Amino acid sequence: MKTIPIEAGLLLAGILFVLGLISVLIRRNIIFMLISVEIMLNAAGLAFIVAGSRWAQADGQVMFIFILTMAAAEVSVGLALILQIYHQLKTLDGDAANKMNG
Amino acid sequence: MELTFYIASGIAIVATIMVITRYNLIHALLYLVVSFLAVALVFFVLGAPFVAALEVIVYAGAIVVLIIFVIMMLNLKEEAVEEERHWLTRDVFIGPAILSVLLLAELVYIIIQGDTGQIATKAIDAKAVGLSLYGPYVIGVELSGILLMAGIVGAYHLGRQKKKVVHRFLEHAEE
Amino acid sequence: MKELLWLIPALPLAGALTLILAGDKLSRATAGLVGCGSVGLSAIITLLIGFDFLSSPQPYHQLLWSWMAVEGFHTEFAFHLDALSMVFLFVITFVGTLIHIYSTGFMVDDDGFARFFAYLNLFVCAMLILVLADNLLLMYLGWEGVGLCSYLLIGFWYQEEKNGYAARKAFIVTRVGDTSMAIGLFMLFQAFGTLNIQELMTHASQTWQVGAHAAVVIAFLLLGGAVGKSAQLPLQTWLPDAMAGPSPVSALIHAATMVTAGVYLIARTHVIFELAPDAQMAVGIVGAVTLLLAGCSALTQYDLKRVLAYSTISQIGYMFLALGIGAWSAGIFHFMIHAFFKALLFLGAGAVIMLLHHEHDMFKMGGLRKKLPVIYWTFLIGSASLAAIPFVTAGFYSKDQILWLALAGEKGNPVFYAAALAGAFITSVYTFRMVFVTFFGHEHTHVGHDAGRSMTVPLIILAILSTIAGFIELPHTFGHVTLFSDFLNPVLPTVALKPELEHLEVLFQAIAAVVALSGVYIAYFFYVKQPELPTVIKKAVPGLHHLWYNGWGFDALYNTLLVRPYVFLSTLNKNDVIDKVYGGMVTFTQYCNGVLVRTQSGMMRWYVMGIVIGAILMLTLGLML
Repeated sequence: MKTIPIEAGLLLAGILFVLGLISVLIRRNIIFMLISVEIMLNAAGLAFIVAGSRWAQADGQVMFIFILTMAAAEVSVGLALILQIYHQLKTLDGDAANKMNG
Repeated sequence: MELTFYIASGIAIVATIMVITRYNLIHALLYLVVSFLAVALVFFVLGAPFVAALEVIVYAGAIVVLIIFVIMMLNLKEEAVEEERHWLTRDVFIGPAILSVLLLAELVYIIIQGDTGQIATKAIDAKAVGLSLYGPYVIGVELSGILLMAGIVGAYHLGRQKKKVVHRFLEHAEE
Repeated sequence: MKELLWLIPALPLAGALTLILAGDKLSRATAGLVGCGSVGLSAIITLLIGFDFLSSPQPYHQLLWSWMAVEGFHTEFAFHLDALSMVFLFVITFVGTLIHIYSTGFMVDDDGFARFFAYLNLFVCAMLILVLADNLLLMYLGWEGVGLCSYLLIGFWYQEEKNGYAARKAFIVTRVGDTSMAIGLFMLFQAFGTLNIQELMTHASQTWQVGAHAAVVIAFLLLGGAVGKSAQLPLQTWLPDAMAGPSPVSALIHAATMVTAGVYLIARTHVIFELAPDAQMAVGIVGAVTLLLAGCSALTQYDLKRVLAYSTISQIGYMFLALGIGAWSAGIFHFMIHAFFKALLFLGAGAVIMLLHHEHDMFKMGGLRKKLPVIYWTFLIGSASLAAIPFVTAGFYSKDQILWLALAGEKGNPVFYAAALAGAFITSVYTFRMVFVTFFGHEHTHVGHDAGRSMTVPLIILAILSTIAGFIELPHTFGHVTLFSDFLNPVLPTVALKPELEHLEVLFQAIAAVVALSGVYIAYFFYVKQPELPTVIKKAVPGLHHLWYNGWGFDALYNTLLVRPYVFLSTLNKNDVIDKVYGGMVTFTQYCNGVLVRTQSGMMRWYVMGIVIGAILMLTLGLML
């Protein structure tokens, strides 16, 4: 059985990461930005799994679990902040929260 | 086996592109779920069934659902979609696209340069992961616990909204 | 008793500090009491120490504290009391006390009453430190202190611009002299490693030969300093303008004490001058020329105080002349007598000016003889002393001694004598011109009332001193009383006489007496008998009159030579080029700040883009290297 080359897995991770990056840069809506960050995190985790699979060790998966944990905590806190921003600024526009400029 | 891998990756990429370009939040999230499921399949093919399950349960099942709940709490109306259409125009893509293509090019270059290995066919099951987690990586587990605890407390505190108390005489001015 | 020496400068300093800190809260009477009391107490202590000193005339040294002690340079804050400083102490404290008492009456209507006494006390303290200093650095401290107080007091009525200009002029001109003196001090220190006066004198006499190059240079530099402070040629231009200050200031500072600091300096460092005969000759020449120039200028002035100012310059020229020919004690004697009668004249002039509602022009006065009898008689006695009327005035004995020694002293020569004699004649003429125009003739300005007792009593005391103080030093022909020169002998050597001229003393005294009296007669002739004659003469030689009136054109000369180029250079730099460089740095920094501030847009996408660009750059760098 032909096995999958590493490059394909890493390439997939790279493409997903870059897609997430584009999404972060072009979106003004904060929630979309959060979703895009999730995409990027997922892609990073994929890269870890590929690497762990290459060496046939559990470490890649362990790393992915940590990333998952972190993503979960981050989403919850981020959503709480988004709620606050929406309550204060009455809009989901990310550019509206630019009072820390200058 | 590889065919599954390639099909799943294709679906993941297409779904992600759809996530990027939707105007409606809920539509984007649904495509995101599809993307996560495709990635979970990729994990399974790569010999990591445990994290495949985790991906579906936690990522697609918890995080996306959380986001959906918050969106519902925000009570967004039709204007949100209109706003999004207004913000997301064709020209916005240009700058980030250039930067990201650059980044992708470098990543591809690095990846091609690296050593060619093969992905092993042996699947690493939950037992091995568990032994590894509570063996060498136990401190990571503890730290993750603390992180989650901090997340809970922080999320609760940050999400609280104090009711603004306004004197009845000033209520008119507010309106 | 001599341990109380430190109190003599400390009491006026305490008075000055009290008045500076609390002056406006005190009443007139209290402020006047503090001001006069501090100097009065100093005078009493001087008297007590004087009695002690007379009985045991050894020099007394009192160390107060160590001022600077670094590697190779050790200076102390210490006082040295010997006969010379004793004379100066006596004059400063006594004349000072009398002038303070006079000022309580003179300045009674002024708002700055307490400030005046504070400055006056501070001046007395600085002058006392100057004469008591045991090393040249401490003397320089007193030197600068009196310069500062002179500036503060000349510009006392600062609301009028011209007073400020006069004060500035005085300060800057004396500064030139001070710089010269400072360089002299540096060279002295370089040569001997110490600035202690007694040590310097012994080292100098041991190390240097007569005519040594270093001695000449240092002596000329010290002479520069003395010339500045004592308003001699070429730095005499500030003193006539300094009359912008109140009359007590003119009396104390610009007649009796500060302007004699130069005389003190030369007398103190006389060893160096004796080792540099060229410099000593220069001292004499400066004195002789100045006394003639100032005398001629005094003849043409019509402001009462300016006559007295030029007269002061002229009389200090006499002192310099005496120092130049080696007649040290004669110079100091003339200083003491001059202090008495010049202070008297200034105080009297101040009283006249005040009672005539600040009228300074002599020719607008007149006929005050009957209206102001006390002032008239004291002024007459002071003028007589100034003109050296024979026998009855102290001025005769002091000036006559200088005249005699100018001819017959070891270093004397006939040119000096002729200059001094001509100066005596001119002095007599302008002095009595002043008296006759002010007090005789028709009354041009009406005078209201006589002066109060606080002003007349000091005048009377000074008049008495102007008469009897001369009797402590009588020449050979009148009993050869040498109390004064004996007193000063341990400090200042006596001058030897040329043997061939000794018996001619009577002749030359007679000549001096005749010259003085003829000056009185000339003044009487021109200003009482035929008062229209001076106008005729003025019209005949207008150029000469103009030259003499403007102080021989020194003001104009300095203006063209020094002031105008400096003002021109300053206007070139009107926009302050150097400051622009510093301002430019600030502007550049602000510009950079403006640029960088715009990168902080507050928009999240902007920051993410920054991260991405940074990541790309890092990867590129990683790939390339």
